[in-house]
Amino acid sequence: MLINALSSPWPWYVAGPLIGLMVPLLLLLGNRHFGISSSLRHICAACLPAKIPFFSYNWKKESWNLFFAGGILLGGGIASFLLTDPHPVMIHPQLAAELRGYGVTDHHALLPVQLFNWPALLTIRGFILMVVGGFLVGFGTRYAGGCTSGHSIMGLSNLQWPSLVATCSFMAGGFIMANLILPSILHL
Amino acid sequence: MVLLMNTDFEVESLNTPVKQEPGWYQLKYLVAGVFFGLILVKSQVVSWYRIQEMFRLQSFHMYGVIGSAVMTGMISIFLIKKLKIRTIHGEPVTFTVKYFNKGQVIGGLLFGSGWAMTGACPGPLFAQTGAGFTVTIVTLFSAIAGTWVYGVMRERLPH
Repeated sequence: MLINALSSPWPWYVAGPLIGLMVPLLLLLGNRHFGISSSLRHICAACLPAKIPFFSYNWKKESWNLFFAGGILLGGGIASFLLTDPHPVMIHPQLAAELRGYGVTDHHALLPVQLFNWPALLTIRGFILMVVGGFLVGFGTRYAGGCTSGHSIMGLSNLQWPSLVATCSFMAGGFIMANLILPSILHL
Repeated sequence: MVLLMNTDFEVESLNTPVKQEPGWYQLKYLVAGVFFGLILVKSQVVSWYRIQEMFRLQSFHMYGVIGSAVMTGMISIFLIKKLKIRTIHGEPVTFTVKYFNKGQVIGGLLFGSGWAMTGACPGPLFAQTGAGFTVTIVTLFSAIAGTWVYGVMRERLPH
């Protein structure tokens, strides 16, 4: 019964407040500010600082962030291997119809496996989606000084208006990409 | 060359002296991360489909998740400030003031595009990889590369 409830997708009104509680949890555990994209900067500082001023700092003082990121990786594993949802992902019929037009019909996983797989990396479509997309995520979040967690959740919770500017820009970028540009990428 | 002012308010040890915690304390954050990763996957926030539906206004799910997360965070921070709640080690809780710079707009637009393409922001990138989508390791490495290139180009970018 409980396992069933935990295995099916959690509704937004359960997941949202739980995500919001990460803010006070980290603050009370050690005065840490919720934000994940900074871990990417610490990884650069740890692995390839190359005398670049932006990466010349003592990343070890920020290692909590790397442990947090490592935990997310583990948590993702626990969720998908121990609390596996046996059902395919529910998707909006309009989205399903659009994806069918691109030849994407397999919706059994959280990501469309026909778009995100190793051989697809060698196609233009897959390369743009995974490599260029990932690059934009890393470049953009650091340029903006945070991501959905650091700006949209932590920043907004602390009433920082620059975080509101950043959040609106995230959404604007996503709307433009998903509606105006992505369709032509998916047609490739 | 004039060094740029700080535009990244997420590296606390650069702005304020950070106390050194004993190594095993890091396990607290590992456990917190495990919970967060679990929530991200089970609520399908890591799903490419949910992100597409959000940007196409086809589903309320992501708006509900982010909206209620912000509400919960806001109330929590209000209470922590109001009641002067301290950390479990008795230290005061501090907050960072963020200042505006153009990066929040330009970087924000770039990140938003990447989010719509990969269906993942940085947290979900880690969670997807852990969830067994091995190819997202490539996306994750690419995001690290993107951060590195930003670090190289930073002084020449408008801020």
